[in-house]
Amino acid sequence: MTSAVAAAGVSKVFNPGTPEEVVALDGIDLEIATGEFVSLIGPSGCGKSTLLRLIADLVEPTSGTLTVNGKTPHEARLDRDYAMVFQRATLLEWRTVAKNVQLPLEIIGVDPDDRERRALEFLRLVQLDEFADHYPWQLSGGMQQRVAIARGLVFDPALLLMDEPFGALDEMTRERMQMELLDIWRSTGKTVVFVTHSIPEAVFLSTRIVVMSPRPGRITAVVDVDLPQPRDFDTREDPRYYEKMTEVREALRAAGVGGS
Amino acid sequence: MAAMAEVVGRRARAGGVPPAFRSTVWFLAVVVSLVLAWELYKVVGKALEGTVPLPIRPDDTSMPHVWDILGELFTRRSPSEPILLVVLLRESMFTLREALLGFAFGTAVGFGLAVAFSQSRLLERSFMPYVVASQTVPLVAIAPIVVIWGAKIGWPVWVSVAIISAYLVFFPVTINTLRGLRSPDPTVLELMRSYAAGRGQTLWKVQVPAAMPFVFSALKISATASVVGALVGELPSSLNRGLGRALLTFMYTFVTGPEKLFAAILVASSLSLGLVAVIALVEHRVLGHRRLAG
Repeated sequence: MTSAVAAAGVSKVFNPGTPEEVVALDGIDLEIATGEFVSLIGPSGCGKSTLLRLIADLVEPTSGTLTVNGKTPHEARLDRDYAMVFQRATLLEWRTVAKNVQLPLEIIGVDPDDRERRALEFLRLVQLDEFADHYPWQLSGGMQQRVAIARGLVFDPALLLMDEPFGALDEMTRERMQMELLDIWRSTGKTVVFVTHSIPEAVFLSTRIVVMSPRPGRITAVVDVDLPQPRDFDTREDPRYYEKMTEVREALRAAGVGGS
Repeated sequence: MAAMAEVVGRRARAGGVPPAFRSTVWFLAVVVSLVLAWELYKVVGKALEGTVPLPIRPDDTSMPHVWDILGELFTRRSPSEPILLVVLLRESMFTLREALLGFAFGTAVGFGLAVAFSQSRLLERSFMPYVVASQTVPLVAIAPIVVIWGAKIGWPVWVSVAIISAYLVFFPVTINTLRGLRSPDPTVLELMRSYAAGRGQTLWKVQVPAAMPFVFSALKISATASVVGALVGELPSSLNRGLGRALLTFMYTFVTGPEKLFAAILVASSLSLGLVAVIALVEHRVLGHRRLAG
Protein backbone atom coordinates (compact mmCIF):
# COMPACT_ATOMS: atom_id res chain seq x y z
CA MET A 1 0.00 0.00 0.00
CA THR A 2 1.31 3.45 -0.86
CA SER A 3 1.66 6.01 1.90
CA ALA A 4 -0.60 9.03 1.98
CA VAL A 5 2.50 11.19 2.37
CA ALA A 6 6.15 10.20 2.02
CA ALA A 7 8.97 12.72 2.47
CA ALA A 8 12.65 11.85 2.14
CA GLY A 9 15.36 14.43 2.79
CA VAL A 10 12.98 17.31 2.05
CA SER A 11 14.28 20.80 2.63
CA LYS A 12 12.98 24.24 1.81
CA VAL A 13 15.06 27.40 1.60
CA PHE A 14 13.29 30.73 1.07
CA ASN A 15 15.14 33.51 -0.79
CA PRO A 16 18.25 31.37 -1.41
CA GLY A 17 21.47 33.27 -2.00
CA THR A 18 20.12 36.55 -0.61
CA PRO A 19 20.63 38.21 2.79
CA GLU A 20 17.01 37.23 3.59
CA GLU A 21 17.79 33.53 3.09
CA VAL A 22 15.78 31.36 5.50
CA VAL A 23 16.12 27.61 5.88
CA ALA A 24 12.51 26.78 6.68
CA LEU A 25 12.89 23.01 6.57
CA ASP A 26 15.96 20.77 6.64
CA GLY A 27 16.21 17.03 6.03
CA ILE A 28 12.61 16.08 6.64
CA ASP A 29 11.92 12.33 6.56
CA LEU A 30 8.34 11.44 7.26
CA GLU A 31 5.91 8.74 6.24
CA ILE A 32 2.18 9.03 6.88
CA ALA A 33 0.04 5.95 6.28
CA THR A 34 -3.45 6.12 4.81
CA GLY A 35 -6.06 6.69 7.51
CA GLU A 36 -3.67 8.17 10.05
CA PHE A 37 -4.32 11.35 11.98
CA VAL A 38 -0.94 13.05 12.24
CA SER A 39 -0.32 16.37 13.97
CA LEU A 40 2.67 18.59 13.27
CA ILE A 41 3.52 20.52 16.40
CA GLY A 42 6.18 23.08 17.19
CA PRO A 43 6.70 26.75 17.89
CA SER A 44 6.29 29.50 15.31
CA GLY A 45 8.96 29.31 12.63
CA CYS A 46 9.53 25.56 12.92
CA GLY A 47 8.26 25.08 9.37
CA LYS A 48 5.18 23.03 10.21
CA SER A 49 2.96 25.17 7.99
CA THR A 50 5.62 25.14 5.27
CA LEU A 51 5.65 21.33 5.37
CA LEU A 52 1.87 21.30 4.98
CA ARG A 53 2.12 23.72 2.06
CA LEU A 54 4.79 21.54 0.42
CA ILE A 55 2.39 18.58 0.61
CA ALA A 56 -0.32 20.81 -0.90
CA ASP A 57 1.98 21.92 -3.74
CA LEU A 58 1.48 25.55 -2.73
CA VAL A 59 5.28 25.81 -2.46
CA GLU A 60 7.96 23.58 -3.98
CA PRO A 61 10.73 21.84 -2.06
CA THR A 62 14.31 23.02 -2.59
CA SER A 63 15.59 19.44 -2.40
CA GLY A 64 14.50 15.93 -1.47
CA THR A 65 11.59 13.87 -2.68
CA LEU A 66 8.00 14.18 -1.61
CA THR A 67 5.07 12.03 -2.72
CA VAL A 68 1.37 12.37 -1.96
CA ASN A 69 -0.72 9.26 -2.60
CA GLY A 70 2.28 7.91 -4.49
CA LYS A 71 2.33 10.88 -6.89
CA THR A 72 4.20 14.15 -6.98
CA PRO A 73 2.41 16.85 -4.97
CA HIS A 74 1.68 18.61 -8.26
CA GLU A 75 -0.09 15.58 -9.71
CA ALA A 76 -1.91 15.03 -6.44
CA ARG A 77 -3.14 18.62 -6.51
CA LEU A 78 -4.36 18.32 -10.09
CA ASP A 79 -6.12 15.06 -9.13
CA ARG A 80 -7.72 16.87 -6.16
CA ASP A 81 -6.39 14.28 -3.75
CA TYR A 82 -6.43 16.65 -0.81
CA ALA A 83 -8.44 19.47 0.71
CA MET A 84 -6.92 22.35 2.58
CA VAL A 85 -8.52 23.94 5.65
CA PHE A 86 -6.93 27.17 6.84
CA GLN A 87 -6.91 28.95 10.20
CA ARG A 88 -9.45 31.40 8.84
CA ALA A 89 -12.53 29.93 7.21
CA THR A 90 -11.88 31.89 3.95
CA LEU A 91 -15.51 31.68 2.90
CA LEU A 92 -16.59 33.84 -0.02
CA GLU A 93 -18.76 36.57 1.53
CA TRP A 94 -21.01 36.94 -1.52
CA ARG A 95 -22.01 33.27 -1.52
CA THR A 96 -24.48 31.56 0.76
CA VAL A 97 -23.24 28.76 2.99
CA ALA A 98 -24.55 26.16 0.51
CA LYS A 99 -22.94 27.94 -2.44
CA ASN A 100 -19.64 28.14 -0.56
CA VAL A 101 -19.68 24.38 -0.01
CA GLN A 102 -20.47 23.88 -3.70
CA LEU A 103 -17.47 25.92 -4.83
CA PRO A 104 -15.00 23.04 -5.31
CA LEU A 105 -17.72 21.01 -7.07
CA GLU A 106 -18.31 23.88 -9.50
CA ILE A 107 -14.62 23.97 -10.28
CA ILE A 108 -14.46 20.23 -10.80
CA GLY A 109 -17.52 20.48 -13.06
CA VAL A 110 -20.12 18.50 -11.12
CA ASP A 111 -23.63 19.13 -12.48
CA PRO A 112 -25.85 21.51 -10.49
CA ASP A 113 -28.35 19.00 -9.07
CA ASP A 114 -25.57 16.77 -7.81
CA ARG A 115 -23.79 19.81 -6.38
CA GLU A 116 -26.78 20.86 -4.33
CA ARG A 117 -27.43 17.37 -3.04
CA ARG A 118 -23.83 16.78 -1.98
CA ALA A 119 -23.42 20.20 -0.41
CA LEU A 120 -26.49 19.60 1.71
CA GLU A 121 -25.27 16.14 2.66
CA PHE A 122 -22.00 17.53 4.03
CA LEU A 123 -23.69 20.49 5.68
CA ARG A 124 -25.77 17.90 7.51
CA LEU A 125 -22.56 16.16 8.56
CA VAL A 126 -21.33 19.36 10.24
CA GLN A 127 -24.89 20.05 11.49
CA LEU A 128 -25.36 23.25 9.53
CA ASP A 129 -27.96 22.18 6.97
CA GLU A 130 -30.43 24.64 8.51
CA PHE A 131 -28.03 27.46 7.65
CA ALA A 132 -27.63 26.56 3.98
CA ASP A 133 -29.16 29.83 2.80
CA HIS A 134 -27.38 32.08 5.29
CA TYR A 135 -24.43 34.25 4.38
CA PRO A 136 -21.07 33.69 6.10
CA TRP A 137 -21.25 36.94 8.10
CA GLN A 138 -24.43 35.68 9.77
CA LEU A 139 -22.48 32.76 11.28
CA SER A 140 -20.19 32.58 14.31
CA GLY A 141 -16.48 31.79 13.86
CA GLY A 142 -16.97 28.15 14.83
CA MET A 143 -19.85 27.72 12.42
CA GLN A 144 -17.84 29.32 9.62
CA GLN A 145 -15.01 26.88 10.25
CA ARG A 146 -17.47 23.97 10.09
CA VAL A 147 -18.61 25.26 6.71
CA ALA A 148 -14.96 25.30 5.63
CA ILE A 149 -14.60 21.68 6.73
CA ALA A 150 -17.75 20.69 4.84
CA ARG A 151 -16.34 22.49 1.79
CA GLY A 152 -13.13 20.47 2.21
CA LEU A 153 -14.91 17.14 2.45
CA VAL A 154 -17.54 17.68 -0.22
CA PHE A 155 -15.40 16.54 -3.14
CA ASP A 156 -14.23 13.45 -1.27
CA PRO A 157 -10.46 14.02 -1.15
CA ALA A 158 -8.35 11.25 0.35
CA LEU A 159 -6.35 13.68 2.44
CA LEU A 160 -7.32 16.56 4.71
CA LEU A 161 -4.60 19.16 5.27
CA MET A 162 -5.48 21.44 8.17
CA ASP A 163 -3.43 24.49 9.11
CA GLU A 164 -4.35 25.45 12.69
CA PRO A 165 -8.02 25.24 11.78
CA PHE A 166 -9.23 25.86 15.33
CA GLY A 167 -6.54 28.38 16.27
CA ALA A 168 -8.90 31.35 16.14
CA LEU A 169 -11.72 29.76 18.14
CA ASP A 170 -12.50 30.03 21.84
CA GLU A 171 -11.67 27.07 24.07
CA MET A 172 -15.21 25.69 24.38
CA THR A 173 -15.93 25.86 20.66
CA ARG A 174 -12.53 24.42 20.01
CA GLU A 175 -13.12 21.31 22.11
CA ARG A 176 -16.49 20.72 20.49
CA MET A 177 -14.94 21.12 17.03
CA GLN A 178 -12.23 18.61 17.94
CA MET A 179 -14.87 16.04 18.82
CA GLU A 180 -16.71 16.69 15.58
CA LEU A 181 -13.54 16.40 13.57
CA LEU A 182 -12.75 13.05 15.18
CA ASP A 183 -16.26 11.82 14.34
CA ILE A 184 -15.75 12.86 10.74
CA TRP A 185 -12.31 11.28 10.60
CA ARG A 186 -13.68 8.00 11.96
CA SER A 187 -16.72 7.92 9.70
CA THR A 188 -14.93 8.91 6.48
CA GLY A 189 -11.57 7.18 6.94
CA LYS A 190 -9.67 10.21 5.63
CA THR A 191 -6.00 10.78 6.30
CA VAL A 192 -5.56 13.99 8.28
CA VAL A 193 -2.41 16.10 8.57
CA PHE A 194 -3.07 18.70 11.24
CA VAL A 195 -0.85 21.65 12.10
CA THR A 196 -1.19 23.01 15.63
CA HIS A 197 0.80 24.58 18.42
CA SER A 198 -1.49 23.27 21.12
CA ILE A 199 -0.21 20.21 22.99
CA PRO A 200 -3.64 19.12 24.37
CA GLU A 201 -5.18 19.44 20.92
CA ALA A 202 -2.45 17.37 19.29
CA VAL A 203 -2.66 14.62 21.92
CA PHE A 204 -6.45 14.45 21.90
CA LEU A 205 -6.76 14.24 18.11
CA SER A 206 -3.75 12.38 16.79
CA THR A 207 -2.62 8.86 16.28
CA ARG A 208 0.89 10.25 15.89
CA ILE A 209 2.52 13.59 16.72
CA VAL A 210 5.48 14.96 14.80
CA VAL A 211 7.49 17.34 17.02
CA MET A 212 9.44 20.02 15.18
CA SER A 213 12.06 22.62 16.13
CA PRO A 214 12.88 25.92 14.48
CA ARG A 215 15.86 27.42 12.62
CA PRO A 216 16.23 25.29 10.66
CA GLY A 217 12.93 23.41 10.80
CA ARG A 218 13.61 19.79 11.71
CA ILE A 219 11.71 16.81 13.03
CA THR A 220 13.10 16.15 16.51
CA ALA A 221 10.72 13.47 17.74
CA VAL A 222 7.73 11.40 16.73
CA VAL A 223 5.31 10.48 19.50
CA ASP A 224 2.83 7.62 19.02
CA VAL A 225 -0.45 8.35 20.74
CA ASP A 226 -1.95 4.97 21.58
CA LEU A 227 -4.88 6.32 23.59
CA PRO A 228 -7.97 4.17 22.99
CA GLN A 229 -10.38 5.01 20.16
CA PRO A 230 -13.00 6.35 19.88
CA ARG A 231 -11.94 9.31 21.97
CA ASP A 232 -14.49 11.33 23.91
CA PHE A 233 -14.86 13.47 27.00
CA ASP A 234 -13.38 10.73 29.16
CA THR A 235 -10.19 10.75 27.12
CA ARG A 236 -9.40 14.21 28.48
CA GLU A 237 -9.56 12.80 32.01
CA ASP A 238 -7.53 9.67 31.29
CA PRO A 239 -4.16 9.65 33.14
CA ARG A 240 -2.52 8.38 29.94
CA TYR A 241 -3.71 11.58 28.22
CA TYR A 242 -1.64 13.59 30.70
CA GLU A 243 1.32 11.24 30.32
CA LYS A 244 1.23 11.83 26.57
CA MET A 245 1.02 15.57 27.02
CA THR A 246 4.07 15.43 29.28
CA GLU A 247 5.88 13.31 26.72
CA VAL A 248 5.20 15.83 23.95
CA ARG A 249 6.15 18.74 26.21
CA GLU A 250 9.43 16.99 27.08
CA ALA A 251 10.10 16.38 23.40
CA LEU A 252 9.53 20.06 22.65
CA ARG A 253 11.84 21.05 25.50
CA ALA A 254 14.52 18.62 24.34
CA ALA A 255 14.33 20.30 20.97
CA GLY A 256 15.38 23.52 22.68
CA VAL A 257 11.98 25.10 22.54
CA GLY A 258 11.57 25.62 26.28
CA GLY A 259 8.59 24.82 28.49
CA SER A 260 5.12 25.90 27.61
CA MET B 1 -26.31 31.85 17.25
CA ALA B 2 -25.20 34.64 19.56
CA ALA B 3 -23.62 36.42 16.63
CA MET B 4 -26.89 36.27 14.75
CA ALA B 5 -28.88 37.73 17.63
CA GLU B 6 -26.37 40.56 17.74
CA VAL B 7 -26.82 41.34 14.06
CA VAL B 8 -30.59 41.31 14.34
CA GLY B 9 -30.33 43.63 17.34
CA ARG B 10 -28.20 46.11 15.46
CA ARG B 11 -30.71 46.27 12.62
CA ALA B 12 -33.60 46.77 15.00
CA ARG B 13 -31.88 49.65 16.78
CA ALA B 14 -31.10 51.42 13.52
CA GLY B 15 -34.81 50.94 12.66
CA GLY B 16 -36.80 53.75 14.57
CA VAL B 17 -36.72 56.20 11.64
CA PRO B 18 -36.47 54.78 8.13
CA PRO B 19 -32.97 55.58 6.80
CA ALA B 20 -34.44 56.74 3.47
CA PHE B 21 -36.54 59.33 5.30
CA ARG B 22 -33.57 60.55 7.31
CA SER B 23 -31.34 60.95 4.29
CA THR B 24 -34.10 62.85 2.46
CA VAL B 25 -34.42 65.27 5.40
CA TRP B 26 -30.68 65.81 5.39
CA PHE B 27 -30.63 66.33 1.66
CA LEU B 28 -33.34 68.97 1.86
CA ALA B 29 -31.63 70.63 4.82
CA VAL B 30 -28.47 71.02 2.77
CA VAL B 31 -30.41 72.44 -0.20
CA VAL B 32 -32.15 74.98 2.03
CA SER B 33 -28.83 75.97 3.66
CA LEU B 34 -27.20 76.53 0.28
CA VAL B 35 -30.10 78.70 -0.90
CA LEU B 36 -29.97 80.70 2.34
CA ALA B 37 -26.19 81.15 2.06
CA TRP B 38 -26.59 82.37 -1.54
CA GLU B 39 -29.26 84.92 -0.65
CA LEU B 40 -27.51 85.97 2.57
CA TYR B 41 -24.35 86.70 0.59
CA LYS B 42 -26.37 88.94 -1.71
CA VAL B 43 -27.98 90.86 1.18
CA VAL B 44 -24.77 91.26 3.21
CA GLY B 45 -22.76 91.93 0.06
CA LYS B 46 -25.06 94.76 -1.00
CA ALA B 47 -24.77 96.36 2.44
CA LEU B 48 -20.98 96.16 2.40
CA GLU B 49 -20.44 97.02 -1.26
CA GLY B 50 -17.77 99.71 -1.69
CA THR B 51 -16.35 99.23 1.81
CA VAL B 52 -14.75 95.77 1.44
CA PRO B 53 -13.57 93.94 -1.70
CA LEU B 54 -15.96 91.07 -2.58
CA PRO B 55 -14.88 88.02 -4.64
CA ILE B 56 -18.19 87.98 -6.54
CA ARG B 57 -20.39 91.01 -7.07
CA PRO B 58 -23.70 90.48 -5.28
CA ASP B 59 -25.81 92.12 -7.99
CA ASP B 60 -28.58 90.32 -9.85
CA THR B 61 -26.50 89.84 -13.01
CA SER B 62 -23.63 87.94 -11.36
CA MET B 63 -25.84 86.20 -8.82
CA PRO B 64 -29.53 86.16 -9.69
CA HIS B 65 -32.05 85.37 -6.97
CA VAL B 66 -32.79 81.70 -6.51
CA TRP B 67 -36.50 82.32 -7.12
CA ASP B 68 -35.69 84.11 -10.37
CA ILE B 69 -33.65 81.10 -11.51
CA LEU B 70 -36.50 78.75 -10.65
CA GLY B 71 -39.00 81.14 -12.19
CA GLU B 72 -37.02 81.14 -15.42
CA LEU B 73 -37.49 77.38 -15.64
CA PHE B 74 -41.22 77.95 -16.00
CA THR B 75 -40.99 80.86 -18.45
CA ARG B 76 -41.34 80.65 -22.25
CA ARG B 77 -38.53 82.30 -24.19
CA SER B 78 -40.93 82.91 -27.07
CA PRO B 79 -44.67 82.28 -27.43
CA SER B 80 -44.05 79.38 -29.82
CA GLU B 81 -41.83 77.52 -27.34
CA PRO B 82 -42.70 75.48 -24.28
CA ILE B 83 -41.37 76.60 -20.89
CA LEU B 84 -37.58 76.49 -20.41
CA LEU B 85 -37.75 73.42 -18.14
CA VAL B 86 -39.37 71.38 -20.90
CA VAL B 87 -36.87 72.68 -23.45
CA LEU B 88 -33.96 71.77 -21.16
CA LEU B 89 -35.41 68.34 -20.37
CA ARG B 90 -35.68 67.62 -24.10
CA GLU B 91 -32.08 68.65 -24.60
CA SER B 92 -31.18 66.53 -21.55
CA MET B 93 -32.64 63.45 -23.20
CA PHE B 94 -30.41 64.06 -26.20
CA THR B 95 -27.38 64.46 -23.95
CA LEU B 96 -28.43 61.49 -21.85
CA ARG B 97 -28.35 59.26 -24.91
CA GLU B 98 -24.76 60.30 -25.59
CA ALA B 99 -23.81 59.95 -21.93
CA LEU B 100 -25.36 56.48 -21.62
CA LEU B 101 -23.63 55.16 -24.73
CA GLY B 102 -20.37 56.70 -23.52
CA PHE B 103 -20.94 55.22 -20.08
CA ALA B 104 -21.60 51.74 -21.47
CA PHE B 105 -18.69 51.86 -23.89
CA GLY B 106 -16.27 53.39 -21.37
CA THR B 107 -17.26 50.92 -18.67
CA ALA B 108 -16.76 47.97 -21.01
CA VAL B 109 -13.34 49.22 -22.11
CA GLY B 110 -12.34 50.10 -18.54
CA PHE B 111 -13.39 46.70 -17.23
CA GLY B 112 -11.66 44.89 -20.08
CA LEU B 113 -8.42 46.74 -19.47
CA ALA B 114 -8.57 45.98 -15.74
CA VAL B 115 -9.10 42.26 -16.40
CA ALA B 116 -6.23 42.21 -18.89
CA PHE B 117 -3.93 44.05 -16.45
CA SER B 118 -4.90 41.71 -13.60
CA GLN B 119 -3.81 38.74 -15.69
CA SER B 120 -0.43 40.10 -16.73
CA ARG B 121 1.94 42.38 -14.87
CA LEU B 122 3.76 42.86 -18.17
CA LEU B 123 0.62 44.18 -19.84
CA GLU B 124 -0.02 46.45 -16.88
CA ARG B 125 3.53 47.79 -16.86
CA SER B 126 3.46 48.36 -20.62
CA PHE B 127 0.09 50.06 -20.94
CA MET B 128 -0.79 51.58 -17.58
CA PRO B 129 1.40 54.67 -18.17
CA TYR B 130 -0.62 55.45 -21.32
CA VAL B 131 -3.89 54.94 -19.48
CA VAL B 132 -2.75 57.50 -16.90
CA ALA B 133 -1.31 59.83 -19.53
CA SER B 134 -4.59 59.76 -21.45
CA GLN B 135 -6.25 61.58 -18.57
CA THR B 136 -3.67 64.38 -18.50
CA VAL B 137 -4.62 65.47 -22.02
CA PRO B 138 -7.36 68.13 -21.72
CA LEU B 139 -10.69 66.86 -22.95
CA VAL B 140 -11.34 70.13 -24.85
CA ALA B 141 -8.25 69.39 -26.94
CA ILE B 142 -9.36 65.88 -27.82
CA ALA B 143 -13.05 66.55 -28.37
CA PRO B 144 -12.71 68.39 -31.72
CA ILE B 145 -10.35 65.72 -33.07
CA VAL B 146 -12.79 62.95 -32.23
CA VAL B 147 -15.64 64.89 -33.82
CA ILE B 148 -13.65 65.49 -37.01
CA TRP B 149 -12.44 61.89 -37.24
CA GLY B 150 -15.92 60.60 -36.47
CA ALA B 151 -17.34 62.71 -39.30
CA LYS B 152 -14.73 61.30 -41.71
CA ILE B 153 -15.65 57.74 -40.72
CA GLY B 154 -19.29 58.62 -41.10
CA TRP B 155 -20.54 58.26 -37.51
CA PRO B 156 -23.51 60.30 -36.42
CA VAL B 157 -22.19 63.25 -34.40
CA TRP B 158 -23.86 62.09 -31.20
CA VAL B 159 -21.87 58.85 -31.38
CA SER B 160 -18.63 60.87 -31.56
CA VAL B 161 -19.79 62.76 -28.48
CA ALA B 162 -20.41 59.42 -26.77
CA ILE B 163 -16.81 58.40 -27.56
CA ILE B 164 -15.58 61.62 -25.95
CA SER B 165 -17.70 60.78 -22.92
CA ALA B 166 -16.28 57.25 -22.83
CA TYR B 167 -12.80 58.76 -22.73
CA LEU B 168 -13.56 60.16 -19.28
CA VAL B 169 -15.52 57.12 -18.14
CA PHE B 170 -13.04 54.28 -18.65
CA PHE B 171 -10.27 55.60 -16.42
CA PRO B 172 -11.88 55.36 -12.96
CA VAL B 173 -13.35 51.99 -13.97
CA THR B 174 -9.93 50.61 -14.90
CA ILE B 175 -8.17 51.87 -11.77
CA ASN B 176 -10.85 50.78 -9.30
CA THR B 177 -11.66 47.46 -10.94
CA LEU B 178 -8.00 46.51 -11.07
CA ARG B 179 -7.69 47.25 -7.38
CA GLY B 180 -10.81 45.17 -6.74
CA LEU B 181 -9.54 42.24 -8.79
CA ARG B 182 -6.41 42.24 -6.64
CA SER B 183 -8.35 42.56 -3.39
CA PRO B 184 -9.04 38.87 -2.55
CA ASP B 185 -7.23 37.44 0.43
CA PRO B 186 -4.11 35.52 -0.73
CA THR B 187 -5.40 32.53 1.25
CA VAL B 188 -8.52 32.43 -0.94
CA LEU B 189 -6.29 32.35 -4.01
CA GLU B 190 -4.36 29.46 -2.42
CA LEU B 191 -7.66 27.73 -1.81
CA MET B 192 -8.48 28.05 -5.51
CA ARG B 193 -5.02 26.75 -6.36
CA SER B 194 -5.56 23.76 -4.09
CA TYR B 195 -8.68 22.94 -6.14
CA ALA B 196 -6.51 23.13 -9.28
CA ALA B 197 -8.82 25.90 -10.51
CA GLY B 198 -7.96 27.53 -13.83
CA ARG B 199 -7.20 31.23 -14.18
CA GLY B 200 -10.60 31.87 -15.69
CA GLN B 201 -12.35 30.11 -12.83
CA THR B 202 -10.41 32.10 -10.24
CA LEU B 203 -11.17 35.28 -12.16
CA TRP B 204 -14.93 34.75 -12.44
CA LYS B 205 -15.62 32.97 -9.18
CA VAL B 206 -13.35 34.97 -6.87
CA GLN B 207 -11.73 38.05 -8.36
CA VAL B 208 -14.67 39.58 -10.22
CA PRO B 209 -17.19 39.12 -7.38
CA ALA B 210 -14.62 40.53 -4.93
CA ALA B 211 -14.15 43.53 -7.23
CA MET B 212 -17.86 44.42 -7.41
CA PRO B 213 -17.89 46.95 -4.53
CA PHE B 214 -14.91 48.67 -6.18
CA VAL B 215 -16.65 48.58 -9.56
CA PHE B 216 -19.74 50.27 -8.16
CA SER B 217 -17.65 53.02 -6.59
CA ALA B 218 -16.08 53.56 -9.99
CA LEU B 219 -19.45 53.54 -11.75
CA LYS B 220 -20.69 56.38 -9.56
CA ILE B 221 -17.66 58.49 -10.48
CA SER B 222 -18.00 57.45 -14.11
CA ALA B 223 -21.69 58.28 -14.28
CA THR B 224 -21.00 61.94 -13.48
CA ALA B 225 -17.98 61.88 -15.78
CA SER B 226 -20.13 60.52 -18.61
CA VAL B 227 -22.42 63.55 -18.36
CA VAL B 228 -19.51 66.00 -18.19
CA GLY B 229 -17.91 64.25 -21.17
CA ALA B 230 -21.12 64.49 -23.19
CA LEU B 231 -21.58 68.18 -22.30
CA VAL B 232 -18.02 69.07 -23.27
CA GLY B 233 -18.19 66.83 -26.34
CA GLU B 234 -21.18 68.75 -27.67
CA LEU B 235 -19.34 72.08 -27.64
CA PRO B 236 -17.02 71.63 -30.65
CA SER B 237 -19.59 69.61 -32.57
CA SER B 238 -21.89 70.97 -35.22
CA LEU B 239 -24.88 69.77 -33.18
CA ASN B 240 -27.59 72.26 -32.43
CA ARG B 241 -29.02 69.89 -29.84
CA GLY B 242 -28.03 68.91 -26.34
CA LEU B 243 -27.60 70.39 -22.92
CA GLY B 244 -23.98 71.35 -23.62
CA ARG B 245 -25.12 73.38 -26.61
CA ALA B 246 -27.79 75.04 -24.41
CA LEU B 247 -25.17 75.88 -21.75
CA LEU B 248 -22.99 77.46 -24.44
CA THR B 249 -25.89 79.53 -25.80
CA PHE B 250 -26.86 80.77 -22.34
CA MET B 251 -23.23 81.60 -21.62
CA TYR B 252 -23.25 84.04 -24.54
CA THR B 253 -26.43 85.68 -23.26
CA PHE B 254 -25.32 85.65 -19.62
CA VAL B 255 -25.28 89.42 -19.24
CA THR B 256 -28.85 89.86 -20.42
CA GLY B 257 -30.28 86.73 -18.81
CA PRO B 258 -28.01 85.04 -16.25
CA GLU B 259 -30.94 83.05 -14.79
CA LYS B 260 -31.06 80.81 -17.87
CA LEU B 261 -27.47 79.62 -17.45
CA PHE B 262 -28.00 78.85 -13.78
CA ALA B 263 -31.24 77.06 -14.63
CA ALA B 264 -29.42 74.95 -17.22
CA ILE B 265 -26.69 74.14 -14.69
CA LEU B 266 -29.36 72.96 -12.25
CA VAL B 267 -30.83 70.65 -14.87
CA ALA B 268 -27.39 69.32 -15.86
CA SER B 269 -26.54 68.55 -12.21
CA SER B 270 -29.88 66.83 -11.73
CA LEU B 271 -29.09 64.62 -14.70
CA SER B 272 -25.81 63.43 -13.12
CA LEU B 273 -27.48 63.07 -9.76
CA GLY B 274 -30.19 60.92 -11.31
CA LEU B 275 -27.64 58.61 -12.91
CA VAL B 276 -25.72 58.21 -9.66
CA ALA B 277 -28.97 57.46 -7.84
CA VAL B 278 -29.83 54.72 -10.34
CA ILE B 279 -26.39 53.14 -9.84
CA ALA B 280 -26.71 53.35 -6.07
CA LEU B 281 -30.04 51.56 -6.37
CA VAL B 282 -28.56 48.79 -8.53
CA GLU B 283 -25.63 48.54 -6.13
CA HIS B 284 -27.99 48.04 -3.22
CA ARG B 285 -29.82 45.27 -5.07
CA VAL B 286 -26.63 43.51 -6.16
CA LEU B 287 -24.49 43.91 -3.05
CA GLY B 288 -27.15 44.41 -0.38
CA HIS B 289 -26.62 40.97 1.16
CA ARG B 290 -22.90 41.48 1.66
CA ARG B 291 -21.75 42.56 5.05
CA LEU B 292 -19.41 45.33 3.95
CA ALA B 293 -21.62 46.67 1.17
CA GLY B 294 -22.58 50.32 1.02
